[in-house]
Amino acid sequence: MKKKFKLDELDCAVCGAKMEDAIKKIPGVNDASVSFLMQKLTLDADDARFEEILKEAQRVCTKIEPDCKIVTA
Amino acid sequence: MNKKQKTVLWRILITAALFALLEALQRWGPLNALPTWALLGCYLVPYGVIAYDVVGKALRNLRTGAIFDENLLMTIATVAAFAIGAYDEALAVMLFYQIGELFQKIAVGRSRGAIKALLEIVPQSANLETEDGVTEVDPDDVSVGQIIRIRPGERVPLDGDVIEGSSSLNTAALTGESLPRPVEAGEAVYAGCINGDGTLRVWVTKAFEDSMVTKILELVENASSKKAKAEAFITRFAKIYTPVVTAAALLLFLISVLCGGDWSEWLRRACIFLVISCPCALVISVPLGFFGGIGACSRAGVLVKGSNDLEAAAKLSSLVFDKTGTLTEGTFSVTAVRALNGTEDDILRFAAAAEAGSTHPIAQSIVAAYEKTPDADLLRELREIPGHGVTAAYDGKTLLVGNERLLTQYGVAAPPHDAAATAVYVALDGDCLGIISIADRVKDGAKEALSSLRNAGVRRLTMLTGDRKAVGEAVAQSLSLDAVYTELLPDQKVTQLETLLAEKQPNTTLGYVGDGINDAPVLARADVGIAMGSMGSDAAIEAADVVILDDDLHKLGATIRIARKTTRIVKENIVFALAVKALVMGLGAFGVANMWLAVFADVGVSVLAILNSMRMLKKQ
Repeated sequence: MKKKFKLDELDCAVCGAKMEDAIKKIPGVNDASVSFLMQKLTLDADDARFEEILKEAQRVCTKIEPDCKIVTA
Repeated sequence: MNKKQKTVLWRILITAALFALLEALQRWGPLNALPTWALLGCYLVPYGVIAYDVVGKALRNLRTGAIFDENLLMTIATVAAFAIGAYDEALAVMLFYQIGELFQKIAVGRSRGAIKALLEIVPQSANLETEDGVTEVDPDDVSVGQIIRIRPGERVPLDGDVIEGSSSLNTAALTGESLPRPVEAGEAVYAGCINGDGTLRVWVTKAFEDSMVTKILELVENASSKKAKAEAFITRFAKIYTPVVTAAALLLFLISVLCGGDWSEWLRRACIFLVISCPCALVISVPLGFFGGIGACSRAGVLVKGSNDLEAAAKLSSLVFDKTGTLTEGTFSVTAVRALNGTEDDILRFAAAAEAGSTHPIAQSIVAAYEKTPDADLLRELREIPGHGVTAAYDGKTLLVGNERLLTQYGVAAPPHDAAATAVYVALDGDCLGIISIADRVKDGAKEALSSLRNAGVRRLTMLTGDRKAVGEAVAQSLSLDAVYTELLPDQKVTQLETLLAEKQPNTTLGYVGDGINDAPVLARADVGIAMGSMGSDAAIEAADVVILDDDLHKLGATIRIARKTTRIVKENIVFALAVKALVMGLGAFGVANMWLAVFADVGVSVLAILNSMRMLKKQ
């Protein structure tokens, strides 16, 4: 499943690139891209564990930039 | 400016005021009497105001092990400056860092605004006809086969066919062409266009996610995933740049101190390195430049699928064209009428009357060329001979309208004729009256479009066609092409293209321009596959790297110019940012540069590079 999310408070471009790399390494993620300009995360991951993977992605983002939130609503 | 940025602005103003006050007091004396600790305290107050968030983030990131974080490096640099007693420098560095960051954020925010405006072609709602009247719904919820209503001035929400009403559409969002296009019942409309002053009832033919406009948006938004070489380089570079510079700072300091240098002076120099260690200028401005370039193309009605395609388009030195439908109209029309006996009008009048009943494209082109209604009473005993033409009786004499074979069959000698066109002879009673030449016409303005390509730096223009040699060569000559290869089967086109690819100049690219219907393999094989995809042709969008939405050959030159400008800006930014950083680091190592200059090399360069990239976002 492929889904797009808005990223709030993504303030630094280098952090965006780091997040992209880190999210790609989460098991179950087929592909991920973080667009600093669009403030968007495109996540392509296993259907069954999508929610779980998304939570893990949020954890990874917080680690890199504490204020950055993946908007899931 | 948003709320967060306003807060930062206030902090900057307060700090700047306090800083000026401290400097003034120090110059005029009263502060000099203070002991060092009190003076440090005086400077720490404004430092706290300006630096608390940076220091806070630095400490947080330190816990998670992010040692190459910009905040941490800035904190180390300023704390080190305090440690060596350079209070004013420590405060100034943090102050200017914040000013630069603020500028950078405002610039990025404005670019985002410009990008969003670019993408605001998505219709927000659709007026769906239901049993209880018309209701407003999300275009996503409308399914194929339902009927929607489009009121004057509204954006067309979904692709469909008009079943009632007529209006004119502004297709600028899709094709870049602002001239209104008239539509009436039976014609197709595309989402993203703006309706003129008629109300339309439209039968939806495609779900929202399959519509042209959604595809365009997805392509533009995802363009960053097909990274240009320059972008990929920056991504790799950014990963190693900060650690390398930080390590260099550490080495510089340690070695000099071990060699007996003045530790505070070398600490100051190492701090200069730390301040310049963020690759932000490049990481933001390079993708922004490509994004702007792709945006500029889409505003002109040209879809570029990725920044790598834009980069390749900038290096085009050789363009290969398909003939039918790309350089020519793709339809038959009368190109010349040659009278041997009688007037041209007579010849057309006879031919039109004879062909009026036929559905053959050649017959129809003759009727269209006559412009008047064919005279039904002129001829009697009309008889169509398939593959030959038409015979009829006029005033007791035999009239022949057809090809050479028809004339031969009736024992009439066919006069010589230009081989590049199809000839229709008109003969009366064994005497050839004249010849009508019918050919696929070269598009209006094709010649100018091609010569503008030469001005844009394309050196070689070639045409590949499956058509007859005489026809192909005539078109090539009228357009002054460099080479033409005719009578090619689709697989031979690929082979021929490969030969051309091998012949192109090193470090340049070759583009193939086709209509995307039967030449998908060739489009895919070329460095840059450019499809003349009339609106709605999915095949073209899939196969090509670049799609010219309204088939206008002039857009080719425009695309190349935008691509060149984009890559030039990107190169400028890379060279400028790296040169300034290297220079300041060099000066810093020899003790010539101060921290102020270092801040400029960091955030100043970043702001300048972003401003440079923003040129691509402006309307051209």
